[in-house]
Amino acid sequence: MLLSLAPSALPIGINGIEKRFGAVSILSDLSLDVAAGEFLTLLGPSGSGKTTLLMILAGFVRANAGSIKVGGEEIITMPPHRRNIGMVFQNYALFPHMNVFHNVAFPLKQRRASAADTRERVEKALDLVRLQGLGERRVDQLSGGQRQRVALARAIVFEPRIVLMDEPLSALDKGLREHMQIELRNLHRRLGMTTVYVTHDQREAITMSDRIAVMNAGRIEQIDQPEALYARPKTKFVAGFIGESNFIPVECRNGSVWYEDHKLRMNAPAPSAGRYLMVARPEKLRLLADTDQAGLNVLPATVGDVIYQGDSFICYATLRDGRQVTLRDYCRSDVLAKLPAPGEPITLGIDAQDVVLVADQ
Amino acid sequence: MSVGSASLGQAVRPDGVLNADVLRADARRQALGLLALLSPGLFLVFAVIVVPIGWLFWLSLFDETGQLSPANYARFFEQASYIKTFATTFKVAFVVTGACVLFGYPLAYMLSQLPRRAASICLIFVILPFWTSVLVRTYAWLVILQRKGLINNWLIDLGVIGQPLPLANNFAGVVIGMTHIMLPFLVLPLYASMKTIDQDCLRAGMNLGASPAATFRQIFFPLSLPGLASGVVIVFVLCLGFFVTPALMGGGKVIMWAMRMEQATSLYSNWGAGAALGVVLLAVTLALLGLFQRLLGARATGVWSRR
Amino acid sequence: MSTENSLPISHWQRLWLYLLGGLVMLFLIAPSVIIVIMSFSGSTLLQFPPDEWSLRWYESYFGSVEWRDATIVSVKVAVMTAIVATPLGTAAAYAINAGTLRLSGAINALLTASLIIPVILIGIGTFFLYARIGLNNTLTGLVIAHTVQALPLVVLTVLSGLRSYDMNQEMVARSLGAGRFAAFLQVTMPQLRFSIVSGALFAFITSFDEVVVSLFISGGETTTLTRRMFNALRDQIDPTIAAISTCLIVLSIVLLSAAQLFGRGR
Repeated sequence: MLLSLAPSALPIGINGIEKRFGAVSILSDLSLDVAAGEFLTLLGPSGSGKTTLLMILAGFVRANAGSIKVGGEEIITMPPHRRNIGMVFQNYALFPHMNVFHNVAFPLKQRRASAADTRERVEKALDLVRLQGLGERRVDQLSGGQRQRVALARAIVFEPRIVLMDEPLSALDKGLREHMQIELRNLHRRLGMTTVYVTHDQREAITMSDRIAVMNAGRIEQIDQPEALYARPKTKFVAGFIGESNFIPVECRNGSVWYEDHKLRMNAPAPSAGRYLMVARPEKLRLLADTDQAGLNVLPATVGDVIYQGDSFICYATLRDGRQVTLRDYCRSDVLAKLPAPGEPITLGIDAQDVVLVADQ
Repeated sequence: MSVGSASLGQAVRPDGVLNADVLRADARRQALGLLALLSPGLFLVFAVIVVPIGWLFWLSLFDETGQLSPANYARFFEQASYIKTFATTFKVAFVVTGACVLFGYPLAYMLSQLPRRAASICLIFVILPFWTSVLVRTYAWLVILQRKGLINNWLIDLGVIGQPLPLANNFAGVVIGMTHIMLPFLVLPLYASMKTIDQDCLRAGMNLGASPAATFRQIFFPLSLPGLASGVVIVFVLCLGFFVTPALMGGGKVIMWAMRMEQATSLYSNWGAGAALGVVLLAVTLALLGLFQRLLGARATGVWSRR
Repeated sequence: MSTENSLPISHWQRLWLYLLGGLVMLFLIAPSVIIVIMSFSGSTLLQFPPDEWSLRWYESYFGSVEWRDATIVSVKVAVMTAIVATPLGTAAAYAINAGTLRLSGAINALLTASLIIPVILIGIGTFFLYARIGLNNTLTGLVIAHTVQALPLVVLTVLSGLRSYDMNQEMVARSLGAGRFAAFLQVTMPQLRFSIVSGALFAFITSFDEVVVSLFISGGETTTLTRRMFNALRDQIDPTIAAISTCLIVLSIVLLSAAQLFGRGR
């Protein structure tokens, strides 16, 4: 059966990848396992090395050291055309001198598929990306979204073991991008190919991925499922890159964590002694009336500014040490009733289970 | 520190550097592949340019008796005829370069200010001569300038002059012919660099109250200097080694460097002398180009990569 | 299109500039025009415009065995030069563009050396070398020497084509299962064909118009057209040369227009 749920999806084992350009280290001792059929996203700012890693996987950039195993087979020195990897580039890189059909048929032609087989597979692939009947179109007659789909069809038509995508949606406008995110996600669910996806857009990563590897300065900071990454960031970078965060300095001594002279309640066990930052998401902070402190950690503060945004509001408050924090909540009537005025002293609360500590670099 | 697992060359190394050797070998293989693509071209250039010129350089170090001697170079300072040749060559090069700047700058400026369509039509007037044989153009100037040529015939018919003017077979003829041949080499890079000057910059200058002339002098002209310099260098360097036009239009009176080289080798079979002239010419050429590249960080050969 | 370029200066204020530019353009184009017109003159005198018209100089050109032989030699050499220089230059440009070689600056300089090294030196050097290996007065020798001179033009033309080409396409082709060469043939070359054809045309014209090196290394049966013209011009001004020159000018126009036309197809 063609283009069915790929039984051939293979795991990728990336081990000890080093990449230097001259004296500059791009990737250092990077290791990463991708499960068979998994949708894994490499997320990071530009210059974090995520595209370089993708290019090493595809075989267009040579690492200085390291191993890449696909289903147990070492491919680190294998030329790109033997790797059997489907790739989608940021600018699609469609062949302008071929029509849509020949673009999609290109990988099959390289594999010397018969004419009938080629026709059947290309049609099936165009069906999958909902471009049926457009085979005779020239590439320059297509819209951005259609080009994207052709590039996608071309990358999956030969049932590759792995699909790599380098920011494939970044050239589309916002509405189409969100639509294509869902579509890509569904296509992946249907075909089940192991997918490595590169983006700098955290929202896109969270929407689409099974797991996200957050990269920074050539290293993987944290690799986890989207929910866990958001709820339990392990480093300040991850907490700052995914979602918004307030960082509040705390100290750990004698087996408990202190914010100034308040002992923090937290569900996680206290770390070893030293200075830390508490990650407080704006929506996890609450405005407290003086009385209802039951079970919450409290932070005394002064209201700076309250910005009304229709469905929600943002409150900027200044802690006693002068640090500014942001709080966000929905405009429910009970909350609105208690909304403080600028300059008023307030108490901020955070639930014990929402307290996350990261090292203070 | 396992040794046993190292047999496949993929094993974990003690320092954790996986496959580094294999990857290095792969990199070398790819570099060799690219070098293989370059090698036929490089080989020809090496065989036809580097080897003979190196050989000539070697020859220039020996005198007629085969003794190692600076005689071939000492001659340049001792014989008046050589000194005269160098003087003539530099004089022609300076005058031609000056004439090219004088005529080429306004043309390039006009081209850069014209609307795109008009500019590309006018550009044909620069590109067509650029790709027309030097010989054809020199012949044309001979026809126009010689004693019984077009200009003299016209002037005599009009009664402006009684005797034909000496326009060809002399310094003036060489300069006119060479200016015609060199002009595109100045205009093309200059035009290209003028095209990159941001028109908004000039508009801003005028909006701020500068007169058109002041805007040109203070904004446009300084910005066009790199392109002008590149054109000047290439024209000057090409003039120094130019052969066809002075040989045909100099009437035997204007002996330039390249002609001297041709005489030394063809006429007198004095390879040492010809080679020494060639070595110095090459050295001067490379020095000028090197100086230019150092000062402006650009390659002077850019003129050929545009059409 | 004209507004994007225009400054708040009227065309009238610019009149002097247009006049000056026009004069320089006239200076550039007039000699060719005069030669073309004179080639149809019926008289041996240099008169412009000619009193009588004829094709006698073309008859004299095509009727002369020497001129015809020289033309055939030049055409052969130019065709061979284009055939040799184009693939060599294309391959070299591709390798330079790949740009992973450490010495690519030096390689670039070496490949384009013949553009800046005085041609007279190349002529003498080539003659000197060929004298030792018996290539003087041979077609092979001419083709090799002209290839070296045409190579930089092919390299630069193809290189500028490669610079505006999206290398991602070749990468994608390789990831889709085409080897490097197959990817080049199927994806890169079809899109570079305009640059490559232009390069070939420039190689042809460079060889066909080459004078100085041919003066040294061609002779006898392999005398090129330009060498014969040069020698003829040294003696006296034969109006036959006006006819030949006109043919050369027309050839330049045809080849340049072809190159331009191909360039526009991009």
